[in-house]
Amino acid sequence: MNLLDVENLTLQFDTDEGRITAVDDVSFSLAPGEVMGLVGESGSGKSVTAKALMKLNPRNAHYGPQSRISLNLEHGPVDVMALKTPREMAVVRGGAVSMIFQEPMASFAPAISIGSQMVEQLLIHSDLNAKQAKALSIEMLDRVGISDAATRFNQYAFEISGGMRQRAMIAMALSTKPKLLIADEPTTALDVTIQAQVIDLMKDLVAEFRMGIIFITHDLGVVAQTADKVAVMYLGRVVEQGPVRSVIRNPQHPYTQGLLDALPKLDDLGAPLRPIPGDIPSPLERPSGCVFHTRCPKSLGRVCETDTPGWSDTGPDHRAACHLYHPGGQT
Amino acid sequence: MTDMPDMPDVPDKPNVPEMNQPALISTNGLSVEFNISKTLFNPKVLKAVDGVSIDIPKGSFFGVVGESGSGKTTLGHALLKAKPIAHGSVTYDDGEVRYDLATLAGPELKDYRKRAQLIFQDPYAALSPRMTVRDIIAEPLEVMGLTKTRDETDARVREIAAKCRLNLEHLRRFPHAFSGGQRQRISIARALVCGPQFIVADESVAALDVSIQADVLNLLKSIQAEMGLTFLFISHDLSVVAHTCDHVAVMYLGRIVESAPTRALFKAPKHPYTKALFSAIPSLDPDDRGRAQKLTGEIPSATNLPSGCKFHTRCPFVQPRCKDEEPVLEGVATGHSVSCHRWRELAQD
Repeated sequence: MNLLDVENLTLQFDTDEGRITAVDDVSFSLAPGEVMGLVGESGSGKSVTAKALMKLNPRNAHYGPQSRISLNLEHGPVDVMALKTPREMAVVRGGAVSMIFQEPMASFAPAISIGSQMVEQLLIHSDLNAKQAKALSIEMLDRVGISDAATRFNQYAFEISGGMRQRAMIAMALSTKPKLLIADEPTTALDVTIQAQVIDLMKDLVAEFRMGIIFITHDLGVVAQTADKVAVMYLGRVVEQGPVRSVIRNPQHPYTQGLLDALPKLDDLGAPLRPIPGDIPSPLERPSGCVFHTRCPKSLGRVCETDTPGWSDTGPDHRAACHLYHPGGQT
Repeated sequence: MTDMPDMPDVPDKPNVPEMNQPALISTNGLSVEFNISKTLFNPKVLKAVDGVSIDIPKGSFFGVVGESGSGKTTLGHALLKAKPIAHGSVTYDDGEVRYDLATLAGPELKDYRKRAQLIFQDPYAALSPRMTVRDIIAEPLEVMGLTKTRDETDARVREIAAKCRLNLEHLRRFPHAFSGGQRQRISIARALVCGPQFIVADESVAALDVSIQADVLNLLKSIQAEMGLTFLFISHDLSVVAHTCDHVAVMYLGRIVESAPTRALFKAPKHPYTKALFSAIPSLDPDDRGRAQKLTGEIPSATNLPSGCKFHTRCPFVQPRCKDEEPVLEGVATGHSVSCHRWRELAQD
């Protein structure tokens, strides 16, 4: 049974300039112990999608009527969309679902020691008393490779380095034993050497805790190193999804191909960098039909401008939403 | 120091014709220090850049890589005389003028500001939200008194905006209306408008998405070729550096540990730190997981430098000698030098 099922998730925001669509009819599922990479440029809606799983989006967010998010926990399924009060939502926020944020400096409170913050969430989400919570927190800090964990426990976020902070963040997120971990660009702010350490650490922990991970990143190299499957997002829509090998070696959607072509590659230094033409459109001027048609080098013309492409199977478990594989454009 | 005339030739040398050019910027034993004493009687200095000697040939794209805390940004600032030079010398010589940056002051310093410019990392923070794009680009011209009339300023702004592929219609708008890539093009136009010879690009594509990053890199390369500029390109991203730079210097704790023409460096890195940086780049091949020779620990604090070779605390090939004796930069091949006691033995493995 899947750990997480997201179906037809649509999310709009009311802004001063009008209602904008941030997530448009997104569906995916995740099995326990599976790592899914969610890839896309800034503005593609990947963070908003992840936050929707914990209902962390602000008040001006409107979920579409067909949207369904269901989490299968030990004591039965939880319908995330039906959670209303903060007390009900505590089940997913920090309990069954944990999140690691991009900026570890910004996500620790500066005036509270790291230890107090770790203990606080354990007191809310577990039956441990303060003493047990402290012991578990120190154990977790030690597990993620922080030396002298008992001292670090009493320190503040500004006293430790960026790589250490991200490790502490991971220790904190894992100490409640979540079933689902959402990692939002967890290595983007780190140096490559530290990034490699954090990626290794996360792989070890997945193997041990068998939780599902949604790994949000714009770096296809990081996805290739961590994920089992990938979903590529553009302007709020998933345009391609499939097993990581098949998507990266044999990308089907022109947007995925463009992302890969734009990457500098170390094995061929002479190859020119080929940017995707144009900029990502403003969400206020969302293109009709296929959202990518304004930048697509393989656009078929009218059909791409007017019809939203449906899914076409392009390989085992691998599908792309593109008219190239779906002549006629019926959905 | 980057030129080692008596060393054997490497096959990739013809790919870097710029290396035969005279140096535009040349440093010798450059050090930048910051005073971090808490009391008057306990003087303590932090050496952010320590004895760096490099030659940046005219018309080249010179890359500097290293982790955060390696001193690469401070080096860039020192070359712009934006940080005080504690020891050593920096010479700027573009054929028209020759300046010694350590003693540069007054009208000559003002002249140097026109010749050397900086492109910042974060295009969201670097542009004033209250100025139109036209005013942002025109500001250096007005401040430096390079143009006399408004028409002249406008003409110059339009010319440089077109070079940076900015839509001239957009000059009347404010920065908030633009995406990250467009903003970075505005920053580049602003840096170029006063006609500089030398540009320091400090992590100029780090905040951008991959497709925009590719676009900005292509723009920088084409502008460099067209206007004959010299770039110091500071980045933590080795694959970006590999694609743009002619020559790369690797920094660790304020020192250059390896310096080589790009192809030679990527084909056969000599220093264990350079090798570790390469292997830490996430491979695009999903079956190539965990092959990397991972570096343990983090870069030590610059206030408490290790003895001997600065890298010995993290080096997988450390020997007792490394802890006591500091290695010096030695020539490996033409233009390729490395600072490691054991590079010869390690190269044979």
